[in-house]
Amino acid sequence: MQNMLTILTSVFRGSLSKNGSKVVVSARTYADFTPQASFDIKKCELHRLEQGPPGEAVLTREDGLRYYRAMQTMRRMELKADQLYKQKIIRGFCHLYDGQEACAVGIEAGVNPTDHLITAYRAHGYTYTRGISVKEILAELTGRKGGVAKGKGGSMHMYAKHFYGGNGIVGAQVPLGAGVALACQYQGNNQICVTLYGDGAANQGQIFESFNMAALWKLPCIFICENNKYGMGTSVERASASTDYYKRGDFIPGLRVDGMDVLCVREATKFAADYCRSGKGPILMELQTYRYHGHSMSDPGVSYRTREEIQEVRSKSDPISMLKDRMISTNMASVEEIKEMDVEIRKEVEEAAQFATSDPEPPLEDLCNHIFYNEPPMEVRGTNPWTKLKSIS
Amino acid sequence: MASLRCFLRSGRNAVSVILRREFHKTSPAALQVTVRDALNQAMDEELERDERVFLLGEEVAQYDGAYKVSRGLWKKYGDKRIIDTPITEMGFAGIAVGAAMAGLRPICEFMTFNFSMQAIDQVINSAAKTYYMSAGVAAQHSQCFAAWYGHCPGLKVISPWSAEDAKGLLKSAIRDDNPVVVLENELMYGVPFEMSEEAQSKDFTIPIGKAKVERQGSHITLVSHSRMVGHCLDAAAVLAKEGIECEVINLRTIRPMDIDTIEASVMKTNHLITVEGGWPQFGVGAEICARIMEGQAFNYLDAPAIRVTGVDIPMPYAKILEDHSTPQIKDIIFSVKKTLNV
Repeated sequence: MQNMLTILTSVFRGSLSKNGSKVVVSARTYADFTPQASFDIKKCELHRLEQGPPGEAVLTREDGLRYYRAMQTMRRMELKADQLYKQKIIRGFCHLYDGQEACAVGIEAGVNPTDHLITAYRAHGYTYTRGISVKEILAELTGRKGGVAKGKGGSMHMYAKHFYGGNGIVGAQVPLGAGVALACQYQGNNQICVTLYGDGAANQGQIFESFNMAALWKLPCIFICENNKYGMGTSVERASASTDYYKRGDFIPGLRVDGMDVLCVREATKFAADYCRSGKGPILMELQTYRYHGHSMSDPGVSYRTREEIQEVRSKSDPISMLKDRMISTNMASVEEIKEMDVEIRKEVEEAAQFATSDPEPPLEDLCNHIFYNEPPMEVRGTNPWTKLKSIS
Repeated sequence: MASLRCFLRSGRNAVSVILRREFHKTSPAALQVTVRDALNQAMDEELERDERVFLLGEEVAQYDGAYKVSRGLWKKYGDKRIIDTPITEMGFAGIAVGAAMAGLRPICEFMTFNFSMQAIDQVINSAAKTYYMSAGVAAQHSQCFAAWYGHCPGLKVISPWSAEDAKGLLKSAIRDDNPVVVLENELMYGVPFEMSEEAQSKDFTIPIGKAKVERQGSHITLVSHSRMVGHCLDAAAVLAKEGIECEVINLRTIRPMDIDTIEASVMKTNHLITVEGGWPQFGVGAEICARIMEGQAFNYLDAPAIRVTGVDIPMPYAKILEDHSTPQIKDIIFSVKKTLNV
């Protein structure tokens, strides 16, 4: 049965036209599920663009299941992190991403794995979509040697190939992202850089400096503002003279995107990526999204917004529910199948948490390592002149 | 990682006095090269050698460099490799670091050091700390920036004095895989120095982390960096006429500091004076004295180690005041005689 479905899916994908025209394929008699369906998506508001992404998106069963699995895994991973934090197994800073899953998954679906991505501190979701396992992420949060940064980075400093973290200083990652885009242009490798920042960072001067240079030099950079309506405890109305973040690039064209709909994000990202790759220069996307948790684990998140508001978003706009409903209503997946997947995911996250709790901490010998790259071993002064510690790179 | 070239500015643009130096006799193949030209050569050679190297900063391309250090490079290498930036230090410093993260070797030039303060966050938090925090997976007025940048783990800091220093150290900085802050003294740009045949080669580099004994002596050790090295050598020449032989050490690298060379010298001469242009508190001299105290050379000191430094005031505007706010040759001579009790 599984093979049959795979064959069907590839046949239909092959006959699909590129711009997502309405193709609803009826189920074959021996196939249980619809291989793909087309959905209307919210049109993007445009700034300095004649045309935007299409108003419809085609979703294949295979992709749908993949997006669902990714989003649900991220959701459960963040909730597990919440739990571990409350048990004091995770300490320090911890900024959770639940509610915003469609952004990370949609963006990844719209770019190539060889493209580059950089974001701020709410980074666990992107670490996952950029290829790091739940196990390595949770173990990094618990500060163990099996963590993606060997336990030395923590929540805000996780990295992967073509993923530059994870950055603690608000806004500082935006010039870095423009620099990565410059390197792509310089090397002529047809790659682009996705550079993310939040509504709170959107007023930083260095972001406008980056806009200027990116536009001047036509850098292949997609600037993305993840607008979750609150910069820590300050709502966008209290922080920004203009909350049209997609227009703040001024001379840079922009789109405002429904960040709770993974298909909307995907189509917008594809559109933006094509734009950049064609050499037209940078483009800006504002993803309107929402975080269920407070700013960080030390913020209950209800002093500056009402519980009713949070509940309303959960019930009406949750990205995972939206995708699930779409898949089930078009018979692209069954309730049982989704349930099974949920159980698998819970198990995977649980096992990852087990590992993250039982893996040992990095050894003390590691303390002074990785100060420099590609250097011979050296000595580092300890807390007093008689303590000399070793450092290897 | 990025190689950051910063121009140290110690006041107004005017070069007050070009110090005449007595040159040692060398082979006929040596020629005279100014510090400015040495820096230019270093960049030219490295741009040619490695296509990942590029230069960005204000006025570096079409203007030929605010201080003409990058003269001719734009004409030779074009827009792609020599990039004029808008006046946005934080932005282009971040862009340089980002480009380095993605595999290029940028030279990021700040027109004056004061401007680099706008970008200090990118230098410290993005460049210096990232390698450590990522555990090797991928990994923040006119003052002395040697102390500032020298304070920070994750950075290397070099401070050239002569043309050879400038060329050799800059080349090493560009080839280094780590962020390197290069403290150039603007007052030195026009000063010509002898450049040996060896130093004229394209493969000539000076290792980072190794000091040089510029002059041998047996009575007292003078440790210095950058422009003050010249002052020390001049003071030594005057003192030699009175029978006092100074050993002059050119630090060349602020971080990692070559304390071994200093210790060996102090164990020979039994007296130590540090000489720097920066302010005294938490400065380079303070660090040297502390380390000497903590190490084996302490027992060889016949007198307390002394720091000769800039005056502890913000840099004044008036020329005569400015001249008196950094150590003069007579200050060094005075301190030597006090230390030796003569």
